[in-house]
Amino acid sequence: MIGVLSYLVFFATTASILAIAVLGLNLQWGNTGLFNGGVVAFFGAGAYGTLILGGPPQEGMVGGFALTYPMALLGGMAVAGVMAWIVGLLTLRLRHDYLAIATFGVAVAFENLMRNAEWLAGGAKGVRGFERPFREAIGDGFLYNLVFFVAVLLILIATYVFLERLVASPFGRLLRAIREDEEAAQSLGKSPSRVRLTAFVTGSVIMGLAGGLYGTFYAFVSPQDVLPTLTFQVWAMLIVGGAGNNRGAVFGAFLIWGAWTISGWALSRFAPVEAQLYTGSVQFILIGAVIVGMLVWRPQGLLPERLIVSQQGSNPVNKRGE
Amino acid sequence: MIQNLIDGVLTGSYLSLGAIGLTLVMHILRFANFSHAELLSLGAYSALVFDALMSGLVPTLAEKLAPLSLTWALIIAIPFSMIVTGISALLIDKLIFRRVREKGQELSMVFASFGMALIVRNIIGLIFGLSPQLYSKDIAFAMVLSLDPLILIKPDQVFVLVAALILMLILHLVLSRTTFGYALRAVAENPSLAQVNGVNLPRTIMYVWLIGGALASVAGVFYGLSHQLIPVMGRDLVLPIFAATIVGGIGSVYGAVLGGFIVGIAANLALVVLPSGYTPSVPFLLIIIVLMIRPHGLFGEARA
Repeated sequence: MIGVLSYLVFFATTASILAIAVLGLNLQWGNTGLFNGGVVAFFGAGAYGTLILGGPPQEGMVGGFALTYPMALLGGMAVAGVMAWIVGLLTLRLRHDYLAIATFGVAVAFENLMRNAEWLAGGAKGVRGFERPFREAIGDGFLYNLVFFVAVLLILIATYVFLERLVASPFGRLLRAIREDEEAAQSLGKSPSRVRLTAFVTGSVIMGLAGGLYGTFYAFVSPQDVLPTLTFQVWAMLIVGGAGNNRGAVFGAFLIWGAWTISGWALSRFAPVEAQLYTGSVQFILIGAVIVGMLVWRPQGLLPERLIVSQQGSNPVNKRGE
Repeated sequence: MIQNLIDGVLTGSYLSLGAIGLTLVMHILRFANFSHAELLSLGAYSALVFDALMSGLVPTLAEKLAPLSLTWALIIAIPFSMIVTGISALLIDKLIFRRVREKGQELSMVFASFGMALIVRNIIGLIFGLSPQLYSKDIAFAMVLSLDPLILIKPDQVFVLVAALILMLILHLVLSRTTFGYALRAVAENPSLAQVNGVNLPRTIMYVWLIGGALASVAGVFYGLSHQLIPVMGRDLVLPIFAATIVGGIGSVYGAVLGGFIVGIAANLALVVLPSGYTPSVPFLLIIIVLMIRPHGLFGEARA
C-alpha cells in the first residue's frame, strides 16, 4: 500500500513540475503565439543553475557557491531568463521561424555544452552532491517526498494564479491583441517586439523554475535530463490540454505524463525481450502521432481557450437585462 | 587547417543540397520545417534498399567503380530514391501539412513538422534497426594530395562534390531559364499576385515538395557515403541545414548553397580551435552571429 502511495506521490510530483513548465510555454505560445522550440534549454538552465549555485564546492569545477536554497532557485530562474532575453532580443523582431530555429539551436547548444564542459557542469557525469533543503529536519524517506510534493503543488498553484491574473490583466489583453493582429496593436501605439520579449522571458523564467524544482527533486542533473525529448513532451502536453487555457495546460501535463508513464511500463512489461530496445522508438512515434493528430483533428486542444470579451461595448443589446 | 577546409567544402556540398529544399519550402509555405532533415534520412535509407535490390537482381552492378567505393547499383539507386523521397514529401504535405494549413493555423505547421520528424525518424529506426549501416563495407582508401602538409582526400568525396555542383547547376538553369522557374519565383515573391497571373499555386507547391525531397534524398545519400547511415542522422543534420538557410537568407536558393558551404567549412574549421565535442554547437553560434550582424542573411530580404 505504502509502495503504491509513494509511487503516486512520485508521479504527481514529476507531473506537477512539468505542469509548471507547460504553464510557462502556454504564456509564450498560447497567449502570445511565440514558438519556443527549445523548452528544455530553459528548463535545463534552471536545473543546472540551481544545483551549481546551491551545491557544495567540488574539485575541478566552477560553482559550489553553496547559496541558501531560495537564492539558488532564484539564480537558476535568472539564468533561464538571461538566456531567453538574449535569444529573444535577436529573433523577436524577425519573422516567427527565426525564433523557432534559434530556440531549437539553444537547446542543442545547451545540451552540447553541458555534456562537454566538465569544468562547468561535470560533463556527462552531471552535477552531484546537492543537498536537498530541509533534509536534516525531515529525513530522506517517504515523508520528505510528501512534503516536497506539497511544496511543488503550492508553487504550481501560485504559478497558475499568477498567470491567470496576468492573462486577465491589461497586459494579457495586449498579448492576445498582438497574437491576433500585430499591426492593429502597433497602430494603437503598442510595441509588439518589447511586449513579446517580456512574455518570452517571463515564460522562460517559469520553465527555469520548473527545472530548478526538478533538479532539487532528484538532487542530480545530467545531460540525459536535457534531451530534446522533454521539449516534445511539454509541447504535447500543451497541445493536447489546450493552448491558451491554463487549466488545459495543467490537465494536459498530467494526462500526457500519465500516458507516457503507462505506455513505457506497458511496453517494458508486455513487449517481447528482443523488442525491448525499440520501446523508446515506439513511444516517440506515439507522442509524434498524438501531436500531429491533435493538430489535424482538434487543434484547439481538449480544453480550448475561452475568449471572453472583458468589456462590453456601449451597444445597448449587450447590456444586462435589456 | 587546409585539411579542415577541404573537409568543410565536402560537408558543405551535402548541407547545401539539403538547405535548398528547406529554404524553398520555408519561403513559399512560410514555416520552419523541422522534418526536412528526415527527408535526408528517408532518401539515404531508400537508396540503401534500392542498392541492395539492384545488386541482388544484377550482381555485376555490385562491383566497385575503382577508385570509388561506389557501385553502379548505388548510382542507379539514387534516382529511384529521389523519386521515392520526393513523393513521400508530397504525401506528408497532403496528409498532414495541408490539413493544418487549411485550418488556418500557420504557426502550428512548425509544430506539426516537429511531430512528423519524430514519427519518420523512429519508424526508420524500427524498420532498419538502431545500429549504423554503410553502403559499402569496403574501406575506401584515401588519396594523398600533398605530403607537406599531409592532405588526404577520398575519391568518394570528390564524386560527392562534383555531383552536388552538377545538380546545383541544373537547378540554377531550371530556375533562371524555364517558365516553371519564373512561376516559382513569382509565387515566392507574392502568392496572390502570381495566382492572378495564372500561376497554379497548388501545383507549384507540389513541385516545391518534389524538388525539395529529391535534393534532400541526394544529400542524404552523400551524407551516408561520407559518414554512415543511422536513424537519428536527421536529428544531427537539422540544425546545420537551418543554419545554412539563415546564413544565406531564408528564401534564397543561392543563399542556401553558399550558406551550406559556409556552415560546413565553419564546423570543420572550428575543430582547429575547439575540442571536437563542441562541433554540434557551431551552427547555433553561426546563427547567432548572422542574426546579430545581418538578420536577413546574405541574400535574404526583410519580410513579415
